[in-house]
Amino acid sequence: MRTIKFILQKEFRQIFRDASILRMILIMPIIQLVVLPWAADYEIKNIKLAVVDQDRSEYSRQLINKITASGYFNLAHYSSSYNEALHQIESDKADLILQIPIQFEKELVKENEATLFMAMNAINGVKASLGGTYLRTIIQNYNKNVRTEWIQFPRFNPETQIEIVSSSWYNPLMNYKYFMVPGILVILLTLIGMNLASINIVKEKEIGTIEQINVTPIKKYHFIIGKLIPFWVMGLVVLTIGIIISRVFYGIIPLGSFVTIYVFAAVYLLALLGLGLLISTYSVNQQQAMLLSFFIMMIFILLGGLYTSIDSMPEWAKWITRFNPVTYFIEVMRMVVLKGSSLIDIKYHLLKMVAFAVVFNSWAIFSYKKRS
Amino acid sequence: MNNNYAITANNLTKRFGDFVAVDNISFEVSKGEIFGFLGANGAGKTTAMRMLCGLSLPSSGTATVAGFDVYKQNEKIKRSIGYMSQKFSLYDDLTVKENMQFYGGIYGKSDAFIIKKTAFILNHLHLEKEANVLVKALPLGWKQKLAFSGAIFHEPEIVFLDEPTGGVDPVTRREFWNMIYQASDLGITIFVTTHYMDEAEYCNRVSIMVDGRIEALDTPSKLKSTYNAASMDDVFLKLARKAVRACRLNNWHETIFSF
Repeated sequence: MRTIKFILQKEFRQIFRDASILRMILIMPIIQLVVLPWAADYEIKNIKLAVVDQDRSEYSRQLINKITASGYFNLAHYSSSYNEALHQIESDKADLILQIPIQFEKELVKENEATLFMAMNAINGVKASLGGTYLRTIIQNYNKNVRTEWIQFPRFNPETQIEIVSSSWYNPLMNYKYFMVPGILVILLTLIGMNLASINIVKEKEIGTIEQINVTPIKKYHFIIGKLIPFWVMGLVVLTIGIIISRVFYGIIPLGSFVTIYVFAAVYLLALLGLGLLISTYSVNQQQAMLLSFFIMMIFILLGGLYTSIDSMPEWAKWITRFNPVTYFIEVMRMVVLKGSSLIDIKYHLLKMVAFAVVFNSWAIFSYKKRS
Repeated sequence: MNNNYAITANNLTKRFGDFVAVDNISFEVSKGEIFGFLGANGAGKTTAMRMLCGLSLPSSGTATVAGFDVYKQNEKIKRSIGYMSQKFSLYDDLTVKENMQFYGGIYGKSDAFIIKKTAFILNHLHLEKEANVLVKALPLGWKQKLAFSGAIFHEPEIVFLDEPTGGVDPVTRREFWNMIYQASDLGITIFVTTHYMDEAEYCNRVSIMVDGRIEALDTPSKLKSTYNAASMDDVFLKLARKAVRACRLNNWHETIFSF
């Protein structure tokens, strides 16, 4: 115990003297949480639309008005030549082409049926498919309006229509910030924790002080614990800063209790820092440790369920996410913040995280060799 | 084994793949002795020393340090020794006092011992005013003296010094050797490597390593008469010329040792 006290004293002194670590702990959360949620949004806006209006009728004008009034589309180009519009897509001035053919109005009124043509630039796949869907919805809506206005319905509607009314549980206004901010907080904690831990032991290797440590009767687990605790405390400080920012800037007050969040975060940090220290014991210099931890972090974050829904991943990727601590933490954060889940609801998540912590830390102690 | 020896080595060998860094060396160091461990760059001095300190596992042979076996009792050895590596061994971002406190602490010394000993060392090195200065702000010579004080802070039986005076000016070197003598007077066995042949003269006995083997081992005066040389410099040159290993091996060692 006494040994750990001296290691802790030394580590904390070094951390508080290192301005770059303090900056990382204080400024990174503020910038990430204040700036990112405004930009990282699932909704697609400002889609550049090129309209090829070959009809130039009252109806086509109404349709275009309705589309631009939706707020999702900017009318980037308006002409009657499809080739011209295609040119706009080629030069990246438009994302979507909507072609309104000649006789659109006539056919719609007379034949009760009209065809529109839509072409999209699929280089940005998300934008193209979401933009297409938005456009289709607007046109359908428009279609319905036209029908009620002009066409006399028979007494029984020949087509069965099912209307869907939806209600979003746990996030009634579908405020994506409620969804993103807890996730970004997790990523933030992961970034800072893993970075600090992974370069720490390796730094002592580079300076040469590790030799001096190895020649003392210090126990391996004393050393690892002494390294772990300071970063664990720092991690909890970052989490607290993050929670304060989400409260002040986004008004996010978790439905569940803070105890649940802190208990899980405490175990999560142990697991994560263990992994960082493990990387540190395997690396020879700080560059190696940084590259390795960035590589792992990329996988953790991309397969963590923040940017891509895990449910829509292929089976093999879902399998990987089961070994990703970030996935569990993001899930838990969302469960607690949006749904008000308690410790009992997240017990399996917690147990798995305990397992991660035990494995990574024992591995780190095992792979740290005092003798080569 | 005999209780009069601080260190014994018997056919101690270290191989890195095909390369034999230390080749069957055998020697004894008596308690209280100042033992000089000489050799050109890449001769295997540091590797031999690291095996004795329990930092590196020998490939074959036997050795004891402070009566403990290097294979099985290496953690016990660590309680009885101090070590000053070639690389600087204090923390730059801690103050003089904090470094002392840390090393005293991890050797399990009491707070009272640490306070008393720190005061003694600071007084001895005339560093009282610098007690709360970060180590990185001190000149190299002071740092080396401080590192030596750190290595014997916990009052070990044996202290291993790996080129402690590298890059230090002649006056400070002289002062450094005064400190070594004072430690020796307290009964601490000194095991020291050096490149300075004038320093070799200060040792009770000297061994000279060439290509991983010990080529000569005796008191400086006997070595000079055996090799019919005027100074230790000449003795060293006569022996070191036999070396076939290139100096660049030294770099190769560094990459291995960084683990």
